[in-house]
Amino acid sequence: MQLARVIGDVVVTRKDENLTGIALLVLQPIAADGSPSGRTLVAVDSMGAGVGETVFFVRGKEASFPFYPTEVPADAGIVGIVDHWDLG
Amino acid sequence: MILARIVGTVVATRKDPRLVSNKLLVARPMDPHGKAEGTYLVAVDTVDAGVGETVLIVSGSSARMAAGMKDCPVDAAIVGIIDTIEVAAGD
Repeated sequence: MQLARVIGDVVVTRKDENLTGIALLVLQPIAADGSPSGRTLVAVDSMGAGVGETVFFVRGKEASFPFYPTEVPADAGIVGIVDHWDLG
Repeated sequence: MILARIVGTVVATRKDPRLVSNKLLVARPMDPHGKAEGTYLVAVDTVDAGVGETVLIVSGSSARMAAGMKDCPVDAAIVGIIDTIEVAAGD
């Protein structure tokens, strides 16, 4: 999993039917100090995250697991909202 | 998933039989502000997108979960046509 900040959302009317009703959020992966690290991406959200929150997300087919048994075509999915994190 | 703009089409007569009758498009990945980034890619279209549209592309093995792509040799599928992208101020 990777830490990211939710920086936006995407509205998609015409989409794969298995994406219906699922929120799509724009994520900016972040480094340990909270600074942006890497390219932005779009992730499916099963946690009810919102813009401005720090989350962690999974990449790959596992992104669809929270929606099982629906086969959601997603390669990135938010699986947790971070309250705080500490480094050693 | 990534955001991308459709910039072209691909015609291929000789191809894997499981790709027959699937539309292939050339996409240019972009950031949420519309700035192009990364290299062009070929994606199979499952939502009837067209050149000039902004789309949502799913990559890797998840692309096979797009409608009608089960067991197809694809690693990028267009699964949505973007209406709007809203980004928080400062991002």
